[in-house]
Order: sequence, then structure tokens, then C-alpha cells
Amino acid sequence: MYQFIARRLLSTIPVLAIVAVLVFLLLRLTPGDPAAILAGDAASPDQIAQIRVGLGLDKPIIVQFGIWASHVLRADLGESFYFKIKVTELIAQRLEPTLALSTLTILIAVLVAVPLGVIAAWRFGGWFDRALMGFSVLGFSIPVFVLAYILIWIVSLKLGWLPVQGYRRIADGFWPFLRHLILPSITLSVIYIALIARVTRASVVEALGEDYIRTARAKGLPESRVLIAHALANAAVPIVTVIGIGVALLIGGVVVTESVYAIPGLGRLTVDAVLARDFPTIQGVILFFSLVYVVVNLLVDLSYVFLDPRIRY
Amino acid sequence: MMSFRKTAVLGAALAALGASFGSAAQDKVLRVVPHSNLAILDPIWTTAYISRNHGYMIYDTLFGTDAKSRIEPQMVDTWNMSKDGKTWTFKLRKGLAFHDGAPVTGEDVVASLKRWGARDTMGQQLMTFVEAMETPAPDTFVLKLKEPCGFVLEALGKPSSNVPFIMPKRVAETDPFKQIDDYTGSGPYIFKKDEFKPGDKAVYVKNTKYVPRNEPASGTAGGKRVYVDRVEFNLALRDAQAQVNALAKGEVDIIERPAFESYAQLKGTKGVELVNRDPLGFQYMCRFNALYPPFDKPAVRRAALAAFNQEAFLKAQVGVKEYYHSCPSMFTCNTPYASTAGSEIMAKSNMKKARELLKASGYDGTPVVIMKPTDLAAIQKLPDVAAQLMRQAGFKVDLQAMDWNTLVSRRAKKDPPAQGGWNMFCTAWVAPDIWSPLNNAALDAKGEKASWFGWPNDPKIEELKTQFARELDLAKRKKLAAEIQAEAFAYGTHAPLGEYINPVAVRKGITGLPVGPGDFYWNVKKN
Repeated sequence: MYQFIARRLLSTIPVLAIVAVLVFLLLRLTPGDPAAILAGDAASPDQIAQIRVGLGLDKPIIVQFGIWASHVLRADLGESFYFKIKVTELIAQRLEPTLALSTLTILIAVLVAVPLGVIAAWRFGGWFDRALMGFSVLGFSIPVFVLAYILIWIVSLKLGWLPVQGYRRIADGFWPFLRHLILPSITLSVIYIALIARVTRASVVEALGEDYIRTARAKGLPESRVLIAHALANAAVPIVTVIGIGVALLIGGVVVTESVYAIPGLGRLTVDAVLARDFPTIQGVILFFSLVYVVVNLLVDLSYVFLDPRIRY
Repeated sequence: MMSFRKTAVLGAALAALGASFGSAAQDKVLRVVPHSNLAILDPIWTTAYISRNHGYMIYDTLFGTDAKSRIEPQMVDTWNMSKDGKTWTFKLRKGLAFHDGAPVTGEDVVASLKRWGARDTMGQQLMTFVEAMETPAPDTFVLKLKEPCGFVLEALGKPSSNVPFIMPKRVAETDPFKQIDDYTGSGPYIFKKDEFKPGDKAVYVKNTKYVPRNEPASGTAGGKRVYVDRVEFNLALRDAQAQVNALAKGEVDIIERPAFESYAQLKGTKGVELVNRDPLGFQYMCRFNALYPPFDKPAVRRAALAAFNQEAFLKAQVGVKEYYHSCPSMFTCNTPYASTAGSEIMAKSNMKKARELLKASGYDGTPVVIMKPTDLAAIQKLPDVAAQLMRQAGFKVDLQAMDWNTLVSRRAKKDPPAQGGWNMFCTAWVAPDIWSPLNNAALDAKGEKASWFGWPNDPKIEELKTQFARELDLAKRKKLAAEIQAEAFAYGTHAPLGEYINPVAVRKGITGLPVGPGDFYWNVKKN
């Protein structure tokens, strides 16, 4: 297995290299001049040209790439054009909110969706199953920002239970930290509850039709044990895969939720950087996201070994 | 019986809670939603208004502009001009000190003015008059001019970007084209660099050693007294509806620029009021690119001017009648140089005349590429109105949607419109940025090499501006400003589209917001 891990980790190098080249070239080929944006509305063309020189954007693309790549090889993602601080520092600042939001969202989603999916499979075709499928369709369909505004209006403005917006770092205290995350996490979790519940239901329904389930029931095992220890355990691989994809997506793409709840996470950083044509930040964040996707996929693959004894690397 | 460990934990928790309440009781925090994201902390390096506002928090200025647009002394105590108008001597008032305790000296002032003069348009013009800057005494500085200059105080007291903020000499000696990284000022607030999180929050604490002037606060002039302990800029809260929700719940105290669509809701929200702290407001304009057809011909530009109807633009963009008004002047209405000179062509929309002018110009049907920013709510409807009016006048229009930063990048390109260039875009200016011929960027008419985007080339405008710069008599300056405007309308540098205000939304109990062309937080009380 160690060889497998080493192989997979080594395979990230060409992946990251290709991503780095593509992102670098795409940014330079698409319209948008960081110098003009930074200079402000009343800047003259001469001032913009001076800023362009200061940022090194007057150099040939190949030279710019060489400079950037040599820094990346030394684990230095460069300095943000826009914020004038190290990109690694920016990512570190924004990582905590995004990780906290993603973790709580997945936690809520798994704790709610997996039991619901198992029960729906157990009562396949019954009212609970149909209700859950109906909820799933609703969960997929409702736009995140609509759900966010509805929850804010009821929970924050009418009932006054939770804050409307903002993020508190865990260092500021656990309760303030949690209070600010509950609504955004619930908002985001709805779509993942719908997704994971459907996948769980489908996987468990399939497992419940297997011979070993009939055997377990024939042995007189309690139904709860049959469902959890036998059906769910054997249906776990697709469920974990979906959860893994969900984690990766959450870390890279919760822009709308972060905007509505004013959470300074990686999603907003990415959008700000793209709008400001902050090349070093965009390049750094996308490289980071690529790494996250690779690592999460690796962890998911490794988890199969523990979930299904037949799988060996 | 409670164990020692449990008692200790409970005690620590209560102590922490007490400390928390104690801290909350002591600190008066003003929570502000600024109009945009603060990223660049050097107000000389960029003209962005948010960086200018950051500058006003931490730096002081030699002169200020009061609520009636008059230049008043701020860091300067006394000053005089020699009889020949070529030597200006300024003495700084007592008690001025930077945040690190060092006194503000003439050397700091000279270094700051040099850096500002290398970047700011008006500063650059002032420097063309300056022969030398001297510091005969620590609290004195002297401007020696080559010839008399009519706008020395106007330049030193200019309220908007780039503002001549005074920095310590060691900071001001930074290359004007590199950003500073030391934010030591002498203003009423101190920037908390350690608490600054880009895209999240910026924090300022009261400068307890600041010595305000005795006069009442007015615009950027007068006594800058601070009545709160901290000001926190919420940089993450940018969704318009989320801002309104946060204000309604009392999680923030001020929204600097509510969306026009939010005003109806804000007016009906308990505990919230709207305050117009910038009566002069902003002016909209559409800018023509004089380099390429069809707007390389003055006659075509004038045809567009004739088609434009300010009321149509304002109604579509602002919508709230009490927040906008037509203004025929290229200089902000209700300021000294405002006039109607040359504006007859835009006095009222005259589509018949527009069609006649366009036909007479020999317009060959070249499409007009108009850039429309889709992400800037304050101006995004202007291009739609312009496109419709121009189509009615007989223009072919190619309305291209893009985000504002793409527009900002593209407008700097001098390529033909078919190859990534452009013909027209619309924008808005805060009043003081356009109230004088010397700082109104749209009236730069030096052509392709030195003008603002659009690159008009009209030596007559430049000659009149030179006369204006040298003139000391206000009446003559007004006359020259009117002539400049008349020539600009005849040439068709740009189309002024009327003016609007954008009142701030505040929690009730927030009082004392200074009136002026920016968002300032001295004099503000939170009850």
C-alpha cells in the first residue's frame, strides 16, 4: 500500500505542473490588465504603464513563467498584486473559515443523510422513501442563495437566534465560532443531504437484495444490525466516494454561501482574485485546489481498503 | 461537593465571560460596511476611493475642504504669499506628531509633497510651477515658484484622490511607483496592521495623542475629534441584501453605499435611518474614444450629445427622484466653476437634431462599441440607455457586457474597437474630482500620449487650462472655466449625464457624520 501511496503522490507532480502551465497561460491570454485595475479610475496611461513595469508584466510571458515557476519550486507562490502579501499567507488566512464551513456542512449532511437514506432503503417504496425522494428533488432544485435568505429571514431576523452574517475564528471562542457557522452550514448541507441520501438509499437498496443479507436475517440478527453492520457497511464505498467529492467541492466552491453570509473564505478569495486579475493569487489558489482534489481522492481511495476487505493496493 | 478542578474551570469561564463583558463595555466600536474592498493601503499609489478613505483615517492634510467647498487650514497654522506671488511660506501648527511619537516637520511635508506630486494629476501640474521646496525651520516649509500659480491652496487642500497626505519622511521617500508598507501617519486613527485581513476586516483605533483643531468639523477641515475607540471595516459583507439584513439586526452600524434598490426597504426598517452626508454627490458621464471612427469626428460626438437625455439616464439608473438631478455643467453643479456654457446641445434631448447632425457628419454606419459593466450596480444601466438613445438617433451600436475590471483594462487599450478596443464607456465621478478644470480628468485634451482614456486632442482646451492655472482672480478663473467647458462641448470630450447622491444607511444613534466628499469617521458618535 505504501508503494501505492508513493505512486499516487508522485503522480500529483505532473498533474500540478500541467495545471500550473495551463492556468498561467490562460490568465495571460484572457483580457484584463492588473495594472489598469490597480491604478484606479483617474490614473493616466503613463501611470498604468509604470505599474505594469513594477509588477513585471512588461517581461515576455516565458520569462514571467520562469520566475514564477522557480518560486513555486521553493514553495513560494509569490505575492498578491492586489493585497501585497504572500499568497501562501492569504490562503492560510482564508483556509480556516472554508475548512470550518466545509467540515460542519459535511458533518451535518452525513449525520442527517446517511440514516435517512438507510431508512428509505429499508422502507423502499413506502411513504418515507417517497417523501425523502421528494425532499431530494427540492434540495437539488432550490438555489443556495434563496435558501440562505429564507433561513436568515426566519432564524436571524424574525426569531433573532443566530447572527445574520460574519465569521468568528475558533480562537475567539467556540460558541461564537459555532453560532456564526450554523446557518451557512445548514444552507450548504441541504444539497449534500439530498445527494448523499439518494446515493445511500440506492446503495443500501442494492445491498439489501444480496444473499448475505438474507443469510443474516435467517440467522435471526436484529434488523438494525442487518441494516448497519451488513447492508450499510457493504454499501459504503459509493457513499464515501460521494462524500469525498463533496469535501473537495466544498473547499473550492462555496462562493455564493460565503458571499451571502460574509464569510472570508477561499471561494471569495478566488472570485476577488479573478475579478482583480490578481495573477499570483489565482495561480496559487488553483494550484492549492488541485492539490486538495488529489489528496482527497487519495484519501477516498485509501478508505476503500478499510471499507471493503476485497480491495488491496 | 464540587471538585477543585470543576471549580477552577467554572471560575475561569466566569472570569473569561466577565472579561468579555468588561471589554465590550469599555470599547466603543463603530462597525462600517465600506463601499468597496480595501486592498491597496497606499493612497498615493492608487486613486481608488476606498484607499483615499483609508488615508483620511490615518493621515492628516495640510489644508482641508470644508462642507461649503472652501479651502481651510488643517495641519498648517499660518501661511503667507509674497507680493510677487512666487514664494509661499507655511508654518505648521503645534502638537502635530506621527503615531510613533515623532514630531511632524517641514522635511516630512516636503518629502510627502514630492511623492504626491509625482503621482497626482493636480500635483504634477503644481510641480511644474515649483522651483524649490525648502524647510528653513522644523515647523516651516516654503514653496518657491517659477511664476505665480492660482491653485496652490486648491491643490494642497484637494479633498479627493490623490489627496496630499503627509507621511513621515522615511515613508514618503518610497519610490512613488512602489507601494509603501509602513502606515505611520499623524491622523486621528491608527491603522492596526496586525489585525488587517484583506477581504475580511480592517481595524483602526483612536489616536489618543491627536490634537484636533478648535474649529468644528466640516468636510475634511476643522477639528477631527474621535468619539469611538475602534472603527472596524467589514470587508467581507458585500452582498447588498446581506448588508441590509446586518444593519437591520444591528450587526453593523453604517452602510456607506446602499444599492439604490435597497432604499425602499431601508426606509421602512426600524432602527435605521438614511443620512445624506455628501450633498454634492456624484456625476455620471459617458466617454467617447476620439482615436477611432465614428467618434474621431467631433460632429459624430455632438450627434450623440444631442441624443442624450439626462433624465432618461438618471431615472433608469438611480430611480429615486429625490436622489438625482439634471446638471448641464461638466463641473459639479453648485460649485464655483459650474456653468451652462456650451451645454445647449444637451439642454434637452433633441432626437431630430441628433439625426440631422449624424447625417451631416457623414456617419458610415460604423458600429459603436459600448462597454457595459455588469457587476457595478451604480453605473451598469447607463450603457443600456445610451445604446437605446443612440440607436434612435441612427447609430449602429454594439453593446458588449463585461465585468468592471475587464472594462478598466480594456479602456486603457488604444487598439481599434474591432481588435479589442472600444468607442464608449460610462462612469461616475465624486464631485471634487471634476469640479475644477485642473483635476477634471475628462478635460485632459493632450491627445494620445498624455490624456485620460478616450484621448481627446484639443490644444485650445489645454491653452485655456494653462491660463486658468496661472490666474489668481476668482472671477477671471470662472470665466476661463466657462470657456473651457464651452470648448469641451464643442469638441465633444464627453457627455455629462446628471448628478446623484447616495445617502448612507446608519443605525439610529449614530450621529455627527461629517459632511463632505468621502466617508470620514471623525466626529461620529455612537449612542
